[in-house]
Amino acid sequence: MGNDKPKLKLAVYWGAACGGCCVSVLDVHEKLFDVVANADLVFWPIALDVKYKDVEEMPDQHIDVTLFNGAVRNSENEHIAKLLRQKTKIMIAYGSCAHMGGIPGLANFSTKEELYKRVYEDSESTENAQKVYPQTETTIAEGKLTLPNFYKDVCTLDQIVDVDYYLPGCPPQTERLVEVFMAVVTGAELPPKGSVIGAGSKVQCDECKREKVNKSGITRFYRTWEKEDDGKTCLNEQGFLCMGPATRNGCGVRCVEGNAPCRGCYGPLDGIPDPGAKMMSAIASMLNEKEEGDIQKALDTVVDPAGTFYRFSLPGSILRRKQS
Amino acid sequence: MTNMNTEQWSPKIVAFFCNWCTYTASDLAGVSRLRYAPSTRVIRVMCSGRIDPEFIMEAFAKGADGVLIGGCHPGDCHYSEGNYKCLRRYDLLQRYIEQMGIDTRRLRLEWISAAEGKKLQEVVNEMTNTLKEIGPSKIKHVVETIEK
Ligand code: SF4
Ligand code: SF4
Ligand code: FES
Repeated sequence: MGNDKPKLKLAVYWGAACGGCCVSVLDVHEKLFDVVANADLVFWPIALDVKYKDVEEMPDQHIDVTLFNGAVRNSENEHIAKLLRQKTKIMIAYGSCAHMGGIPGLANFSTKEELYKRVYEDSESTENAQKVYPQTETTIAEGKLTLPNFYKDVCTLDQIVDVDYYLPGCPPQTERLVEVFMAVVTGAELPPKGSVIGAGSKVQCDECKREKVNKSGITRFYRTWEKEDDGKTCLNEQGFLCMGPATRNGCGVRCVEGNAPCRGCYGPLDGIPDPGAKMMSAIASMLNEKEEGDIQKALDTVVDPAGTFYRFSLPGSILRRKQS
Repeated sequence: MTNMNTEQWSPKIVAFFCNWCTYTASDLAGVSRLRYAPSTRVIRVMCSGRIDPEFIMEAFAKGADGVLIGGCHPGDCHYSEGNYKCLRRYDLLQRYIEQMGIDTRRLRLEWISAAEGKKLQEVVNEMTNTLKEIGPSKIKHVVETIEK
């Protein structure tokens, strides 16, 4: 029954990523049987030995769905993003890095020169007296060796290729992936191109079970080790910076459920181009201080505002990177 | 544009002015023929508390050399506390733009009442001069140009 229906062709790729997104795909566990019953995985570097040239040989639009995870930060990421775009009907930016730049996107706070110096000269475990840096081409006795070109900027997937959908999260909640996958398999009507799928349309706070007592009146913020969480009051109201008010739901508020503040990996709601801007507004409303000195004192406890508000979203934010 | 020289270049300031005070002051300055640098593009808002940090980032991303916020003096906000909220946002934004490598003098907040046309003139002229010293903003270029 149903075996006359052609199977869906699915590809999964990682750009600048940690591997967590690929693991979240593996996390389908027993649902994997539903997946393989309905889909052929035609390309997935973490799990299958399919070469780039095999993808190059596929006809255009051969792949039904590509889950592209990871940011684009070098010429190899860009090449494969463009290749997969050409071969794919539905291109999904999968996970925070492809969606907004993610953790690798924090590199946009530094220049390429600063990054190279840190990694290849200054880091505690490095000895590099000759200052050897990676080169895109090196000639040795046996011939020419090449490496991808490391870009100055980390990019979101949609800054490089056209993206059909965004499936957010660091990593996305696997249940959400299965729902999206089954929707594609059953031919359910998909939302308009450019939509965020596999996530909610409210802020985390709407779903969060923590008690919200007083609306404002925080005088300072605490890092999570500075004070004990009472386990029941809204984390922001206790002064632990929680990105819940600026973050889309869909993960089940899983960090707060685990007694850790939300860090914003699901990104902002529709129509909000910048999660940090939203969070700055929220913080200004939580504090009550009116005198310049008191305000500055309270803000001193917001450690690394830019890194905190844009932990997952710097390349996709309005200002995109640090000016240099 | 590329052919601009520093002589004729004058900085573009996007000014978010509260309807009840600074916006009226800018009218007053106009009526009183107080000359101030023609570089400001005024956007009227109903209260300085309405200015979302996003507006300021968008202004920089779209090419403003500076952003000026004008609101009612402490205690005078028509919606009671909008200006304090604005001040807290502004102080936080200053920290953020500094981390983003933007000269904090590009963003300025002033309380200017409806009667202070003269103060408005001084603030705009002073900010224009400061921005002339700092030079044209490269933010728009950086936002729009992905460097490989
Ligand atoms: S701020 Fe965080 S802890 Fe508070 S309600 Fe929102 S998600 Fe829950
Ligand atoms: S609670 Fe926040 S940081 Fe945690 S998974 Fe959900 S969106 Fe991401
Ligand atoms: S009404 Fe002018 S700042 Fe609020």
